Amino acid sequence: MAIQLQINGKPYDLDVDDDMPLLWAIRDIVGLTGTKFGCGKALCGACTVMLNNQAIRSCLTPVSVAKGGSITTIESIDALPQGKALQQAWVELDVPQCGYCQSGQLMSATALLLSNAHPTDADIDGAMSGNVCRCGTYQRIRQAIKNAAQEV
Amino acid sequence: MSAINSPALDRRQFLKLGGMLGGGLIVGLQLPAQVLAAQPEASLTDLGAFIRIGHDNQVTLVMPMAEVGQGVYMAQSMLLAEELEVDVDTVKVLASPANAALYGNPAIGGYQVTGGSTTIRAFWTPLRQAGAVARTLLIAAAAQVWKVDPASCKASSGYVYDASGQRKLSYGELVDVAAGLPQPAADSVVLKTREQMTLLGKPHHRIDTPDKVRGKAQYGIDFQTANLKHAAIAVCPVLGGKPVAVDEAAIKAVRGVQQVVLTDEAVAVVADNTWAAMKGLRAASIQWDFGDNASVGMEEVVQQLDSESQQSGGLARNDGDVEKALASATTRLEAVYQLPFLSHAPMEPMNYTVEITDKRCDVWGGCQTLTLAQATVAQLTGLPPESVFINNFLMGGAFGRRLELDGMIHAVKVAKQVQGPVKVIWSREEDIQHGFYRPYYYDRLWGGLDAEGKPVAWFHRVSGSSIMARAFPGAFVNGVDPDGVEGAKEPPYEFDNIRVEFRRVEPRGVLTSWWRGVGPTHNVFMVESFIDEMAAAAKQDPASYRLALLGNNPRARQVLELALKQAGWGKQLPERHGLGVSVQFAFGSYLAMVAEVAVSEQGAVRCQRIHAVIDCGLTVNPDTVKAQIEGGAVFGLTAALYGAITVKDGQVQQSNFDTYQPVRMYEAPLVDVHIVDSLEAPGGVGETGTAAVFPAITNAVFAATGKRIRTLPINPSELKV
Ligand code: FES
Ligand code: FES
Repeated sequence: MAIQLQINGKPYDLDVDDDMPLLWAIRDIVGLTGTKFGCGKALCGACTVMLNNQAIRSCLTPVSVAKGGSITTIESIDALPQGKALQQAWVELDVPQCGYCQSGQLMSATALLLSNAHPTDADIDGAMSGNVCRCGTYQRIRQAIKNAAQEV
Repeated sequence: MSAINSPALDRRQFLKLGGMLGGGLIVGLQLPAQVLAAQPEASLTDLGAFIRIGHDNQVTLVMPMAEVGQGVYMAQSMLLAEELEVDVDTVKVLASPANAALYGNPAIGGYQVTGGSTTIRAFWTPLRQAGAVARTLLIAAAAQVWKVDPASCKASSGYVYDASGQRKLSYGELVDVAAGLPQPAADSVVLKTREQMTLLGKPHHRIDTPDKVRGKAQYGIDFQTANLKHAAIAVCPVLGGKPVAVDEAAIKAVRGVQQVVLTDEAVAVVADNTWAAMKGLRAASIQWDFGDNASVGMEEVVQQLDSESQQSGGLARNDGDVEKALASATTRLEAVYQLPFLSHAPMEPMNYTVEITDKRCDVWGGCQTLTLAQATVAQLTGLPPESVFINNFLMGGAFGRRLELDGMIHAVKVAKQVQGPVKVIWSREEDIQHGFYRPYYYDRLWGGLDAEGKPVAWFHRVSGSSIMARAFPGAFVNGVDPDGVEGAKEPPYEFDNIRVEFRRVEPRGVLTSWWRGVGPTHNVFMVESFIDEMAAAAKQDPASYRLALLGNNPRARQVLELALKQAGWGKQLPERHGLGVSVQFAFGSYLAMVAEVAVSEQGAVRCQRIHAVIDCGLTVNPDTVKAQIEGGAVFGLTAALYGAITVKDGQVQQSNFDTYQPVRMYEAPLVDVHIVDSLEAPGGVGETGTAAVFPAITNAVFAATGKRIRTLPINPSELKV
C-alpha cells in the first residue's frame, strides 16, 4: 500500500506497511542515512527527526502518523536559520567525537530553538536529555546551543 | 624508513602500489613496535603506513588503522604537515584496506584512521620524520632543477622556494625528480624544535566535523548498494547455545521477508528492509538449546573470584618485604574492591554488510583489526585471503568493542547462505546482550601504616579474567596479564615495600575484552580509593597525604597541585557535598582530577563539576585533548553511577538504554580541563579521563557522606540518610 510522505520538502510515494517506523522508511526506502538507528525504543534520540517542526523519535513513529505532515531530517536543517546556526556552532566548538549521535542531537536542538529562541539551562536539559551521547559531548552541545541562540 | 626498506612491503610491491596510486613520491613509514604490538596480526602482506605526494599536489597519508572518533585523524595530519610544510587541511588520511591489491578503488577510499591511546605517542616521531624526509627530498629535487645548493632553498605551504624567494616549484611538479633521489635515513633528518613549530600545540578544527553535522558522514550501518538485503539477527542468549527450531511460517508471513537463516549459534531473518527483518525475527518463536552455560549466574562468578582471590597470583612487582612491613605496621588496612562486567554500548549497534560469491568476499563496516579480520573471513569462507576485502568505515564509537570480530563472523555466516549483499544489523538488545564485557574484577588490597600514618606496606592482588591470555597468549608471562596490572604495578607514589599480583580467574559463559581505559580504568580506581582509605585511617587530608608521597614525582605533584587549586580544595561546601581527588600516571600522561558531588537524601549521586589537569607532554591538538578528557569523564561517570552487566541463567539481564543507563544531558558534569605546558614526550589521552573519574567520584562521595564505595556501580540505597 502506498503512503505519501513529505520529506525535506519533497514528496515521496512509498510502498510500505502502515506500521513501518519512519526511521526505516527514511533510511532503507528513501535512502537518507543521516538519521541514525541507536536503540529502536525511543531511549537514545539518534533517530530524531522533525514532524511539523516538532522533534520526534522516528524509530517508534509509524509512517502512518507522518502521513500528510512535513518531515525534516538532518540533511535539510541548513535551510532553517536555527538549523544552520546550530550546525555552525557545532563546527565552531568541534562538538562531535564519533559523530554518530550528532544528527539526532542537532534535530532536537533545532526543534528546541524553533519553539524557544533563548533556552535556559533547564530548557536545554528538558529538550536534550532524550539524546544519548556515549562519547560524552554534552557540555559542548549545551554551549553550542547557547551560541547558536545568540546568532539567530 | 626509506620506502623500500619498509618492513611491510618489498620493493616490487611498493612499485606496484605506487603505480596503482598514479605515481608521485612515496615515503614509507616504519610502524613503531608499540603499534605493531597493538596490531599483532600485522603481517608482511600488510600494507603498512606511508605518505604519498601526487602530481596534483595531493598529500595522502595511508595508515593501517581506522578512526573511532577521538580525532586521531586530525592529529596525524598535523604531525605530518608540520614537517612536510604543507597546509594541514590539504592532507588526506586514508585507512589502508586489508588487501593492497584493491587499493585505489574509490569505493573503499576516504575513510579515516585511528589507534588507541598509543597513537600519538607512537607516531610522534615517525610521522614527523616521514614529513621531514619527504621535504628534504623535495628541496633536493628543486635544488637540482635550479642547480643551486639545497641549503639555500626553503619549503613552505606545498612549495619549494629558492634563496631569493622569486622562483618556486610546487611539490607536485617536483615529485618525479624527488622520487629518483636517494632517500635520507629517517634519523638523519633534523626535526623542528618546539619554538619552530607552527601547527603542533595549537588548537585546530577537526576536518571531519562538517560532514558529521550534516548527516553526511558514512558509518558502516549507512552502507548502501544495489540489491542490498537486510537481516535482523538473534544470537543464542546463552553463550555456547544453539537454535533448534523456528516458526518459519510465521516469519514468512511478514511482508518483505525473503529468507530465514540458521547458523550454529544464531537465527537471522533476511528481508527487503530492516523493519521487515526485525518484524520477521519477532515472529520467529525461536527454540534454543541453551547448552551447558544456562546455569551461570552472578553468584557463581563472584564466589569463584572470592575464593580464588584468596590464593596468590603471578608476581608483577615485589619490592622490599611486604609481609614483614605489614607485620610490623602500626595500623593495618585490608579491603576488597569489586568492579562489574561492563558493556561498551557504542551508539552504532553492531552491523556488517557482507557479499560472498565463489570468487570473493566483501565486508563493509567499521573494523579495528583489518588483517586479522581478513584472515578470519578467509577461513570461514574457504577463500584465499587475497580474495577477501574488508572495506573499512567510520565507527559510531567502539571503546574497544570492534577489536573483536564476532559481529563480522556472525554476518559472514549469514551471508554464506544468502545470494547477494546482506546487511546484518543487531538490535540494541542484541548489542548489549552479546558483548565482550569488561571483566569483573575482584581485587584485594592490604596496607600498613607507621605511627605517623605513613604507608609502609602496599599489597595489591588483582583477580579477574585475562584478556591477553586469550587474545595474545605470548604476552601472558608468569601468570601476569600486563594489561591487568597496568596502573597497579606503578602507582605514582613511593612505597618501599610493594607487591602486586595478578590472579587469573575466568568466568564461565561470559566473554571478556578490552574496554576503554583497560588496565588503568580498573586499577586507578583500586589504587586511588585505597590511598584515600589510608589517608582517612591516618586522619589526614587526602590531598596532602598524596602530595607527601609524590616527593620524587614532580610531574604528578604539579598536576595535583594545580587541580586542587582550580577546584578550590578545602572550600566550604554544603551538607552532603564533597570533593574527591585522584591522581594517576597512565598511558604516558599525568592526570589529576577533582570531582565535586552532591548526594541526595535518597542516596542519588550527582557530579556537578570536574576539574582535570593533565600533563601529556607536548600536545598535538590541545582541543582534542580537552574533548577526550571531557568525554572520557562522562563515559566513566556513566559506569560509576549505573554501569553493570549481570548474568542470570546464563543470560545477560540488561538490554537497552533503560536497563543499561547512560549519563544524560541533565546530569552531565561540567568538565574543566587544564593542560600543563610541557616539553616532555607526548602521552596518550583517549582513555585517561575515564580511568581518573571513578575514584574522584567515589572519594567525593566519601567526603560527602563518610561512606566508602568499594563496589561499583554506586548503590544509592547504601547512601540514604
Ligand atoms: S533509535 Fe530512536 S530513540 Fe534510539
Ligand atoms: S559523538 Fe559519539 S555518541 Fe555522540
